[in-house]
Amino acid sequence: MEQTSHAFKESAAAALVDEQLQRALGNVRRGFVAKRAKAREALPEFDALKRQAREIKDHTLANLDLYLEEYERKVLESGGHVHWAATAAEACAIVLKICQDVGAKSVTKGKSMIAEEIGLNGALEAAGLEVVETDLGEYIIQIRGEGPSHIIAPAIHLTREQIEADFRRVHADLPADRRISEPAELVAEARVMLRAKFLAADVGVTGANFLIAETGSSVIVTNEGNGDLTQLLPRVHVVVASIEKMTPTLEDASAILRVLARSATGQEMSTYTTFSTGPRREGDPDGPEAYHVVLLDNGRTEMLGSEFHEMLRCIRCGACMNHCPIYNAVGGHAYGWVYPGPMGAVLTPQLTGVHNAGHLPNASTFCGRCETVCPMEIPLTKLMRHWREREFEQGESPWQARAIVRVWAFLAKRPELYHWMMQLGPRVLALLGRKRGHFTSLPFAGGWTKHRDLPAPQGPTFQALWHLEAIRREDAAREAMMGAPQ
Amino acid sequence: MTGDPNREKILSAIRAKLGVRGDEAGRRGLARTRIDRAPAGIIPARAQEDRAALIRRFTAALEAQGATVERLKKRSEAPEVIASLLRGLNMPLQLRMGSDPLLESMPWDTTPIELKFGAAEGSDFTSISWARCAAAETGTLFLASGPDNPSTLNFLPEMHIVMIAAEDIVGPYEEAWGRIRQLHGRGKMPRTVNLVSGPSRTADIEQTIIMGAHGPKKLVVFIASR
Repeated sequence: MEQTSHAFKESAAAALVDEQLQRALGNVRRGFVAKRAKAREALPEFDALKRQAREIKDHTLANLDLYLEEYERKVLESGGHVHWAATAAEACAIVLKICQDVGAKSVTKGKSMIAEEIGLNGALEAAGLEVVETDLGEYIIQIRGEGPSHIIAPAIHLTREQIEADFRRVHADLPADRRISEPAELVAEARVMLRAKFLAADVGVTGANFLIAETGSSVIVTNEGNGDLTQLLPRVHVVVASIEKMTPTLEDASAILRVLARSATGQEMSTYTTFSTGPRREGDPDGPEAYHVVLLDNGRTEMLGSEFHEMLRCIRCGACMNHCPIYNAVGGHAYGWVYPGPMGAVLTPQLTGVHNAGHLPNASTFCGRCETVCPMEIPLTKLMRHWREREFEQGESPWQARAIVRVWAFLAKRPELYHWMMQLGPRVLALLGRKRGHFTSLPFAGGWTKHRDLPAPQGPTFQALWHLEAIRREDAAREAMMGAPQ
Repeated sequence: MTGDPNREKILSAIRAKLGVRGDEAGRRGLARTRIDRAPAGIIPARAQEDRAALIRRFTAALEAQGATVERLKKRSEAPEVIASLLRGLNMPLQLRMGSDPLLESMPWDTTPIELKFGAAEGSDFTSISWARCAAAETGTLFLASGPDNPSTLNFLPEMHIVMIAAEDIVGPYEEAWGRIRQLHGRGKMPRTVNLVSGPSRTADIEQTIIMGAHGPKKLVVFIASR
């Protein structure tokens, strides 16, 4: 997909005045945030489980080479194939070749952020294959020609009216007078349209939430069952997964599952969690005849051992964006690529370059809600701060920002000058605003005063008051000591 | 595949970045032990209750997700109960199943239900499977693929009926995996293990939960004994 992260400011401004988008975004708060809070409350061990999930992933990453080797051995043992892709282009080429080798015409897809990341649909379509997204949200954005706006709810930026209009446009063979204004009617129509696609597909492509070294299994977590029909019905199942999806054992995956759905949708467990190991066995009446796994690096090894190492713990639950005031205000498309919200602000510059996405880590109030709710305890604000530093070092930030930081740094290193300046500001403002008691406009703060007045400072600064209070308290203490009987 | 230049490239990049070699006996031993022993971590208290409480939790969790759960006195009651269920829902008296002897041996001929065997087809209305085991902590059924219970039965029909033996309802996922390992061997898995915690659903349109997205619209669970 075409990246527009560099235009975050413009996209965000447009998003803020998009009434339909704002109405749709209200669903994030009402849905995800409230449900997660409830699920967490219902499980007293939740915080301990978070810590454990983090430890499992830290251990796995520290031994990633060994677990990958063992995983590969087990996949081969179960009759599957393993392919290694260093880049997005290589991964697409591998999947395309698998499709072409079996003479495939149509490909169904389960929801996969990795497939979005590598632009798999475009690559397969360019070679003449029909690619059908089967997750309802992905299907909706596919027929609209859009990218996902959320990592677990790709169509959350849309209202039912918009989706109805799209279905009427695309499902043109269906009677024009049918009723599809209710979500249930839209779901029923998508079910019928996609059922035919499931049954006709030659290859099914899914992502993976986990890869299990112990058994060579790939795991998908879904609610609709589309991922299962995608991997169960076609002749060939292709799993595309990045290397950090590795998990040592079934126990480790289960431990992480306990925090995944609760953090994502607020469910205790997603409806379907499927462990797939190799192709159809002897005597099996269903299942794919061939099973392929494409292990993708695409920048992950680069992150290992770097200051962004901890981001590799991410399990893509989406809690960080659900709780992010910026995401809630502007939605996912403003971020301009596959991964939005705080996790996207950390990942996108890594995967696409600071030059293209250096803006994103600035789209944060640094309130820290994201890292509070992260089930893998990823220090998202710290990681965003690393990107800000890199952006500054590489001279990517705007000159005004750089100039202000320089001036500030000069003052901060000289405390006396700093305090003097800080006292000067309020005094000047107090003097100027003496008459009216507030300002309706101020130089350099037009953005602020455009929406509200700034009250004029009244009396001394907090620092000055604090200082006075400290002296008063010291005096009182001394008096008390002297008055006390010896 | 071994010999793939990308494989070596990625593995050596990992080792370089981690500052390891890959042949350290200590690290290898640690990873080996973890895989071989598969230690369990924190088990939530809710998964460690007595059997009666676990069955209550299993039932409540599935019902909260929109499934129906009913306890049968004996396995042989199932055909009659299913026949009246289908009639009540005004659904065709047809049922798709695999070759699980626990299901096949039930007295189907006392009912007018027409049985179909093997993998599900897109036109099937109702299927029945026998679950290997279940984890009560979240009302999660563990279904294993094979000719006895083909995986398509879990997804293609409009309604999925699952039978589970009360003695196979355990507390945590870890214990359920223990049962799977007992049956298939350590480090081995059936081709597909489906963990099912309710009927198919989606919330992709305005976060409104709708049942029956692509998989079964109804999930009916019968607890019986084996």
